[in-house]
Amino acid sequence: MIPAAFFLVLSIVLFVLGVAAFFIKRDLITMFLAVEVMLNSASLAFLTFAGSTASLDGQVIVFFVITVAAAEAAVGLAIILVVFKGKKSIQCDDLDVMKG
Amino acid sequence: MIISRDRAHSVLFLVMAFAALGGVFGLLDAPFVAAVQVLVYAGAIMVLFVFVIMMVNGRDARRPEKKKSVGILAAVLAMGLFAELLLAIRDIFPGMGNTGPSGRVDTAGLGSLLFGKYLYPLEITSILIIAALTGAISMAGKRGPK
Repeated sequence: MIPAAFFLVLSIVLFVLGVAAFFIKRDLITMFLAVEVMLNSASLAFLTFAGSTASLDGQVIVFFVITVAAAEAAVGLAIILVVFKGKKSIQCDDLDVMKG
Repeated sequence: MIISRDRAHSVLFLVMAFAALGGVFGLLDAPFVAAVQVLVYAGAIMVLFVFVIMMVNGRDARRPEKKKSVGILAAVLAMGLFAELLLAIRDIFPGMGNTGPSGRVDTAGLGSLLFGKYLYPLEITSILIIAALTGAISMAGKRGPK
């Protein structure tokens, strides 16, 4: 048996790594991957609490998280493609149209 | 994923990480969620990412990160966030007890919950998927000005 707190700490580590990667990396695809990491850490936290309270509702929530992540990945990647067609670059430093 | 300069390497590392996370899900008495994680996440979504990287990988693929100070600031803030989150969950540590593979796997109960209590969210999610697919195709599939 593994203490449930370990899983929770792992989920926190994943979330913090996702946040750090989101701010450190400068191209849109890698920032998007960081968002996926954060979503997965949320799933892990849900599953941890589902396991420690012996309820199945957490697993259902994780299904919805995965589904929403798939939809979000499709739309986000389409947006990235459109941006790339327009600007020929996906570095977020180049997207300064709305900079005051 | 953070330190790799190449986007394709980042995605491959992330595939490995998600597959490993599927193993962790399996440890938490959720074998069906683990299978879905490996199939959908490490399979489908990451293939989507690899395709887009193949389409957009151009001359700026390996441009070095410009601002060092932003990276340091982000790392410091991330450590702060880590400490805050640990403080936030510190109080519930003793009450959580142990978890792990206990043999009481209830995939049938999961299915009846998904199609019983959570039927309406499931249907709404399918509508969301269709809307997202339609939007993605109409955005990315239109011909650009030649």
